[in-house]
Amino acid sequence: MTYQFDWSVLLSAQARQWLLQGVATTLAISALAWLIALALGILAGALRSLKFAPLRMVAAAYVEFFRNVPLLVWMFFWYFAVPPLLPQPVQDWLYDHGAEFAAGTAALGVYHGARFSEMIRAGIQAIPKTQLEAALSTGLSTAQAFRLVILPIALRLIVPPLTNETLNLLKNSSVALTIGVAELTFQTRQIETYTARAFEALTAGTLIYLILCLTIARVMARVERRFAIPGMVGSVETEH
Amino acid sequence: MVEFRNVNKWFGKLHVLKDIDLRIERGEVVVVCGPSGSGKSTLIRCVNGLEAIQSGEIAVDGKRLSDPGLDLRALRAETGFVFQQFNLYPHLSAMENIVLAPMKVRRLSREAAEKRAAELLARVGIPDKADAFPANLSGGQQQRVAIARALAMQPKIMLFDEPTSALDPEMIGEVLDTMTDLARDGMTMIVVTHEMGFARRVASRVVFMDEGRIVEDTKPEAFFAAPQSERAQQFLSKILTR
Repeated sequence: MTYQFDWSVLLSAQARQWLLQGVATTLAISALAWLIALALGILAGALRSLKFAPLRMVAAAYVEFFRNVPLLVWMFFWYFAVPPLLPQPVQDWLYDHGAEFAAGTAALGVYHGARFSEMIRAGIQAIPKTQLEAALSTGLSTAQAFRLVILPIALRLIVPPLTNETLNLLKNSSVALTIGVAELTFQTRQIETYTARAFEALTAGTLIYLILCLTIARVMARVERRFAIPGMVGSVETEH
Repeated sequence: MVEFRNVNKWFGKLHVLKDIDLRIERGEVVVVCGPSGSGKSTLIRCVNGLEAIQSGEIAVDGKRLSDPGLDLRALRAETGFVFQQFNLYPHLSAMENIVLAPMKVRRLSREAAEKRAAELLARVGIPDKADAFPANLSGGQQQRVAIARALAMQPKIMLFDEPTSALDPEMIGEVLDTMTDLARDGMTMIVVTHEMGFARRVASRVVFMDEGRIVEDTKPEAFFAAPQSERAQQFLSKILTR
């Protein structure tokens, strides 16, 4: 048995267009979902650090609910189960404007938001309680103390695990192909289907994911250095 | 300025403040001392509502802390608090640490806030450290920035919770000097400290606590010359003969 490699299938205008569209869709769904995840993660992570028990419980319920159900199930849920619950005009609009993309983004965002929030909570807990007291003692409100002091410190502390989770989010965007989002994995499968060149198509997909992830990791490493707190993890300058 | 009336506080089953009655007038410098676990830190943490009490009444500048209509943020803005561990914001420079609350709480312009901050940094003796980050300052310098940060809100009273206990010995003096200057300028201060030299020189009154009670409340001369209670005598003999 000899397999004849034919890399030229990747160079056809059609294949290149599919791959480019795939990359663009993967980046778009990942970026939007990342923003949703970060916003939800910050909100839930901060709420879980409050003294006020009801808010803490709401945030805990969100986290447990969303992180303990498989992402694939969430994809199906947001695509098949949620739209019929919406008012008819909204449904029509959604189906005209890419309900797959919207559902995929929502599923990815809320799922990873639950995971982000756990990291943000860990970052907040790493800060001594007296830091919050110091901020409150100057007359700042709890919300101001979180926004101006606690979260800026916590977010800086968790850049390394946040990078890791960001890469997971990007890779998990491939699950959206199951509800028909034409992202990168979807497009490599399409090339494979049309050319019967599974190895070449999937190699291209693999390499593109690798490049995307390595790029993100580098960017995040820069962010980490740029915002490092002097004297703490990740900072270059620690001399007194 | 500050009044405790029959205040009691529990941490769970632990009775940490017992029947506290204390009155502090404007301009007084009151040193609170006593063995560890005697409730002295809890006492001053109650003054700006960092700790809640279970019975009794605390009033600051005529405002009762139990009043449901109390604006706790406004009260805290007028009550400077200096912590043992400094608690500067590590991601901000000394200048940014000081201007944050004046800009966000008092709505001062950045220009006005920075002008005041620069004056305060000069007043605490580190005018050249505005751009330094906390990690690049010595402990004594950090604590002086923390004092400047509290003063930037132009408080009516300053609370110090063991401000020199986390410092190397040679840095204690510079912080105490700053506090002494503040007292000379007429600031009302409650200082929890073991620095008996400071108490002797600066305090208008010394409050000695033991097991959640105020055991003595007297002039420093009287306290050091002839402590009334046996517990205070023991405490002083240990702390002064070190």
